[in-house]
Amino acid sequence: MGVATYIKNEKGEIGEVILQSGITVKPVYGPEDLADLDYEKDLGNPGEYPFTRGIHPGMYRIRPWTMRQYSGFGTPYETNERFKFLIAHGQTGLNVAFDLPTQLGLDSDDPLAEGEVGRVGMAVDTLRDFEIAFADIPLDRIGSGLTINAVASITLAMYQATAEGYKFALDKISATPQNDILKEMVGRGNWIFPVEPSIRLIGDTIEYSAKVMPRTNPVSVCGYHIRESGCTPAQEIAYAFEIAMTYIDHVLQRGLDIDEFAPRISFNLDIFGNFFEQVAKFRAARRLWAKLLKEKYKAKNPRSMWLRGLFGGGGGGLTKQQPLNNIVRGAYYALISALSGTQTMALCSYDEAYTIPTPQAAIISLRTMEILLEEMGLRDTVDPLGGSYYIESLTSQMEERITEEMRKVEEIGGMARAVETGYIQREVAKQAYLYEKALQEGKVHKVGVNIYKEDEEEEEVQLHEYNPAAAEVQIKSLKEVRRTRDNRKVVQTLRDLEKAVRRGENVMPSLLESVKAYATMGEMTRVFREVYGEFKEPSIF
Amino acid sequence: MKDKRIRVLVAKPGLDGHDRGAKVIAQALRDAGMEVVYTGLHQTIDQILNTAIQEDVDVIGLSILSGAHIPLCEKLMGRMREEDLSDILVVVGGVIPKRDIQKLKGMGIKGVFPGGTPFAEPIRFIRESVK
Repeated sequence: MGVATYIKNEKGEIGEVILQSGITVKPVYGPEDLADLDYEKDLGNPGEYPFTRGIHPGMYRIRPWTMRQYSGFGTPYETNERFKFLIAHGQTGLNVAFDLPTQLGLDSDDPLAEGEVGRVGMAVDTLRDFEIAFADIPLDRIGSGLTINAVASITLAMYQATAEGYKFALDKISATPQNDILKEMVGRGNWIFPVEPSIRLIGDTIEYSAKVMPRTNPVSVCGYHIRESGCTPAQEIAYAFEIAMTYIDHVLQRGLDIDEFAPRISFNLDIFGNFFEQVAKFRAARRLWAKLLKEKYKAKNPRSMWLRGLFGGGGGGLTKQQPLNNIVRGAYYALISALSGTQTMALCSYDEAYTIPTPQAAIISLRTMEILLEEMGLRDTVDPLGGSYYIESLTSQMEERITEEMRKVEEIGGMARAVETGYIQREVAKQAYLYEKALQEGKVHKVGVNIYKEDEEEEEVQLHEYNPAAAEVQIKSLKEVRRTRDNRKVVQTLRDLEKAVRRGENVMPSLLESVKAYATMGEMTRVFREVYGEFKEPSIF
Repeated sequence: MKDKRIRVLVAKPGLDGHDRGAKVIAQALRDAGMEVVYTGLHQTIDQILNTAIQEDVDVIGLSILSGAHIPLCEKLMGRMREEDLSDILVVVGGVIPKRDIQKLKGMGIKGVFPGGTPFAEPIRFIRESVK
């Protein structure tokens, strides 16, 4: 069984299988299913348009996937230690988790931040915190994902200032701020400003990075969180593409050429659900993205057409029950990711249904990916499932389903409108409810949840503990920075920032000056909030 | 007023943005015949209480996944005592470790339903508790 609808026949055998994306699976596939497939046009060799088989000719023979576990908690000191620990164990990229006050632009001593400082990620108030977190990290060799959205522009400026301070050349550093606000408004929920100015801020970071930090990936478009919030695999890709196109259309209006910035747009996509549907989803997405960039946007540079992605094992598929089973699930997710031609891999750890991972759980996730790389032969040949009757047929059908879901969004007037009106949120919430009902009714099987249950007490896993003392340390350090910085300079740079925001100029240069003057996250966010106002969630029930 | 429908406020206190569970349980309670109001994200305890009073609800259901359930619930229950709102039933769902359930009940939270609880349980509990 799998994540799909299974209809039994009168003999109790599996009669019909309907995948979440609505595709009916046949009992067997053969050459007739590939009759319409044109190798050159629909697949192409790896590294060749339309990149269905992968964006590079040699893929993992030339370069293994990057392993980038999400980490960060407590104070920047603790985060720095965890970063070094992960790098020492073979991790090749960082993915920084920020606490909720930071993600919402609040200082650690804001009353609204109480109880949340350092809880689900590292607390950041000023540039000082970035300097501590990235101390002794070779920023020219290790790229850093910054999992933050509403105030991604501020953290990107902090990353630049940190790299400059540690004497790294700006054309060598590679930051990947998540910076995808539209998906925050659909799932994950860490938004601040309304739709339009939020898109403009993303446009600023794209335009600025293209000129100043060419190896930075200014936006990582996330289907991941929308899928984790409930939508179908086809909707995941459709919504991610519509979001990406919203950002692209905005930047094109500024007069940039598509090939100036499209090569640096990357994707963060989810692995959860039916094994083959997932592989087909990624292959279909690669093909469709390449076609969109070439045909709709008239890109000339093949790199603009590449769907570069982090295909990561999601937390939604993990269970609180029998948590060690999640290690096995993670291994299958990693296998899907490798078979789908990912650039970067990450896995939720087995204890993540409870809290952020313990060091032991994070290492098991890392080892899972390393075992695949070192022991299983996944580097031997590119796109080993390519040409499979089933996979190719499914890939083509997935492409159709994704296109269909995109059309629905475009009929509403595009993604910004679809999010403002709550269409997407309603669709995602509906799918989440249907899935939960199917789970509770036993229509979708989940080991340890509705089959092979154990009556024992909830298993005690060793959990990461929240450390309230970390909040005190952080607040003390913030107060120290406020006391020792040049406050006149802070006021002046914030005034300049406000002018830039009001005039609709690219805010990044002024933001960089405020950051370098050690203005706080809260102070800088307040400037934006006063001019832009706040997003109001549409009522969807 | 025997046919009066039970009114439930589904609320997301604090900064946590994970609202899949809140939206799922809101739909389940509605399908069970209750009237459901959803606060949306990033609500302070005072905002939640104001909505509860304005909407005249019988039940407040908090959904918390960030791990901050203890301080948030302490604050809510304290404010409810001050405002003399103890006739409103409070239930909590989300990522709640088993060892915290007794602590929450000790604060006066009547029902605790960690993620994965079948819909039938909170539905039955609310129906039986709201008379």
